[in-house]
Amino acid sequence: MDMHLSSNNGLAVESDAVELNETELLSAGPARERLVVVGNGMAGMKTVEELLAKAPGRFDITVFGAEPHPNYNRIMLSPVLAGEKTFDQIVLNSREWYDANGITLLTGEPVEGIDRAGKTVVSQSGRVVPYDRLLIATGSMPFIIPVPGSTLPGVIGFRDLADVDAMLAAAEKGGRAVVIGGGLLGLEAANGLRVKGMDVTVVHLMPTLMERQLDPSAGMLLQRELERRGIEMLTGADTAEIVGNEWVSAVRLKDGRELPADIVVMAVGIRPNMALGKAAGLDCGRGIRVDDQMRTSDPSIYAVGECVEHRGLTYGLVAPLFDMAKVLAHDLAGGEGGAYAGSVTSTKLKVTGVDVFSAGDFSGGEGTEDIVFRDAARGVYKRLVLKDGKLLGAVLYGDTKDGAWYFSLLKDCADVSAERDTMIFGQGFGGGDAGDPNAAIAALPDSAEICGCNGVCKGTIVKAITEKGLTSLDEVKAHTKASASCGGCSGTVERLLAVTLGDGFTAAPKVKPMCKCTHHTHDQVRAAIVDRGLKTMAEVFQAMEWTTPDGCASCRPALNYYLLCAWPGEYRDDYQSRYINERAHANIQKDGTYSVVPRMWGGLTSAAELRAIADVVDKFAIPTVKVTGGQRIDLFGVKKEDLPAVWADLNAAGMVSGHAYAKGLRTVKTCVGSEWCRFGTQDSTGLGVKLERMTWGTWTPHKVKLAVSGCPRNCAEATIKDLGVVCIDSGYELHVGGNGGLHVRACDLLVRVATEEEVLEYTGAFMQLYREEARYLERTAPWLERVGLDHIKAALVEDPERRRALNARFLFSQTFSQDDPWAERAAKGVDRHEFNLLAEVG
Amino acid sequence: MENAVSESAIPETVWTQVGSIDDIPVLGSRVVRTADGDIALFRTAADEVFALEDACPHKQGPLSQGIVHGRRVTCPLHNWVIELATGEAVAPDEGRTGHVPVRVEGRSVAIALGEAKLSRGGCRKACGHV
Repeated sequence: MDMHLSSNNGLAVESDAVELNETELLSAGPARERLVVVGNGMAGMKTVEELLAKAPGRFDITVFGAEPHPNYNRIMLSPVLAGEKTFDQIVLNSREWYDANGITLLTGEPVEGIDRAGKTVVSQSGRVVPYDRLLIATGSMPFIIPVPGSTLPGVIGFRDLADVDAMLAAAEKGGRAVVIGGGLLGLEAANGLRVKGMDVTVVHLMPTLMERQLDPSAGMLLQRELERRGIEMLTGADTAEIVGNEWVSAVRLKDGRELPADIVVMAVGIRPNMALGKAAGLDCGRGIRVDDQMRTSDPSIYAVGECVEHRGLTYGLVAPLFDMAKVLAHDLAGGEGGAYAGSVTSTKLKVTGVDVFSAGDFSGGEGTEDIVFRDAARGVYKRLVLKDGKLLGAVLYGDTKDGAWYFSLLKDCADVSAERDTMIFGQGFGGGDAGDPNAAIAALPDSAEICGCNGVCKGTIVKAITEKGLTSLDEVKAHTKASASCGGCSGTVERLLAVTLGDGFTAAPKVKPMCKCTHHTHDQVRAAIVDRGLKTMAEVFQAMEWTTPDGCASCRPALNYYLLCAWPGEYRDDYQSRYINERAHANIQKDGTYSVVPRMWGGLTSAAELRAIADVVDKFAIPTVKVTGGQRIDLFGVKKEDLPAVWADLNAAGMVSGHAYAKGLRTVKTCVGSEWCRFGTQDSTGLGVKLERMTWGTWTPHKVKLAVSGCPRNCAEATIKDLGVVCIDSGYELHVGGNGGLHVRACDLLVRVATEEEVLEYTGAFMQLYREEARYLERTAPWLERVGLDHIKAALVEDPERRRALNARFLFSQTFSQDDPWAERAAKGVDRHEFNLLAEVG
Repeated sequence: MENAVSESAIPETVWTQVGSIDDIPVLGSRVVRTADGDIALFRTAADEVFALEDACPHKQGPLSQGIVHGRRVTCPLHNWVIELATGEAVAPDEGRTGHVPVRVEGRSVAIALGEAKLSRGGCRKACGHV
């Protein structure tokens, strides 16, 4: 009757066991096999439930539980902590159920040892129970990082009801909680404690939350939402020590920060609880090793759940445990051919009001493609990863209703080529031809909000279109206010027009988007950054519905500049979004070497500087030295790895970066002026130096060159510069918007002023207006032609208050940009990786 | 290594440790110098690592100095976009640079130089790679 063992055995000991069992059973007649289950958790009890369903009464079952409770739904501990559920509501099997099924339940009685030869287990209280088959389902333990103080009272794991009770007791007193670990459990604990009124800080080692389940975009959205709920998030934070005498008092980070704490929740991960199996001599790796039938190295002993290692993997989610339990129950019930082959897992975060789902592999890899959908108004981010027409992974934030659908497509390895173009809209997306995005809009209910900024629903827009005979986006905007603010929904509104009017609609000529990652223009994106307070690139991607996970080489440098310009001192420059010249602080040449241009203020230099330059040229065997058009000296052919040493020598002689590589202030060219020249009307060189001192280091949409000529003979060629000053007897002429490049453009005269102070103020104001209004990579000349000289005059000449405000903003931003980047790299070791090889091999 | 027939004649892959994934900036690149020239290692936002010959198929621009986005890099010299996984130029540009198999175990990164499909003379092993 128990043939499955002999049918697939291969070990003599198994055959013996079968014979022995059969002999026993035959002789004992109706006597049942004894199944002892160690562990009253979800995996063990799922196995028992499945077994009872398949072969009721087959086994005489005894269950040991270490906790003093009946079996409960451990994954619902988070709602218990948050006060959304009571313990009774998460009990899976009551004591009555155990009785009704003839199961002996021994709670609060951990098993201490297994006597494999004698086939008995012994509990902590000394009870010895014999078994024919033994199932180990001891689950896992929270991993406590071994920092000093980790054993202090007040350091709590998040594993069982006792942990939840300890947290609730602490929360009752209020105070501060530090949660170490920004994964699934840590965030659920943090949310629960916050809901219970504690001040909560999450300390997470990695740069984004739940990095194993979410990609950086979804992780950012989650972080913002939890921060909005009042939870402080410290990412990239490494715990050094837990401080306290008799009870925890603080968590100290490796960077020296100390976070006061009344309790510390350690939720950095779990470890399979395999102590019992190990002590009994079972084969163990990271967990108790089992085969595809969940058998351990002892054929009478099985293991399921988080305590096992199967095919080299351990699991910490509920779905795999259930898969294992089904296979094992099938096997125990005498079935054949069942095999556990591992699980594809999916994750959902159980924080009320935060919808997060992920499944499969979304790290990508060769031949994969991304489909990204963002709906800024609804706070939705979806990313599907496809390969060879099949779904490989999915990350959903804000709208997870299609998670189960994606998960089933993923598990079934279904061919989704036909749905590829529309599947991102979800399963509910119906009607119309596949691939027709208008159908998705047509399928929306009238109550669906289209414009999040102004709260305009689909029904309102459709009604306006039909009743008022609207035919264009601008008309809809004017009548309903839909897409009148951020413009994020303008595409959706256009589709609504198309759906409502049919052939009667012709789309407005498209404005050129920033790049292929977005349908928004430079100006729309910039406006959104300022108006909606977007302060990181990830926030811009989400708010402006980028269709790529991390932008492209075209939009990233632009966004980095826009954010830097909008939030001086606040936005942290994104190094990897800069062109190589601005990362290496030198100009890349066609052979991969670099050129180095030290700053020469106003074109002035000295014997000491020239001597230092000569020494550098000799020391580093620099092949070419050239005088530039901007009155400086360019050293060509410098090897990248030599750059910091070259800079160190130039710094030592008092020279700093000339930013000859920057979308920023390059040079201020001067002629010699009244100090020497018989025609000079003013001190043009001195003014040039002052202008350069004021403007160096600034980041601008494109490069900026200034010049000061000492008289209208204009030897410094000031009238083909971005801003040129021409000195005259009565003062100074300011010329703007010139260019000596591809399309030569002479400047327009902006204004005549009397003093140097006015020149400086106008220059600062002009720079700032250009910084704030021009599009990235737009020089002043095309910018001026686009907006018109009158626009610039109105801002700078006719509105002194605005001029002063612009200048003040410029000077404020300069307080954050005037650090010599060469010195930071040469002396302080900033970005050392940029200049060193990773390795030299072969 | 799809071709099983030729695989039998090939010795086991030799992996050369080149450092930790943490040494490569996210969305950045580092260079490994080899006897056959520089190899650029790229790290994506999803922590994948790819290795390409550090030369654009266009004018041999150092791809390691480009901007990484998605699973592509844009060459710093003339903005060609190259697929990190294959070394293939993205249309409308045409060309391909050599690529080298990468293995990441834990945080440690290794490359298989022997399996490299370098543009200089193609694959160094007769294993059917184009």
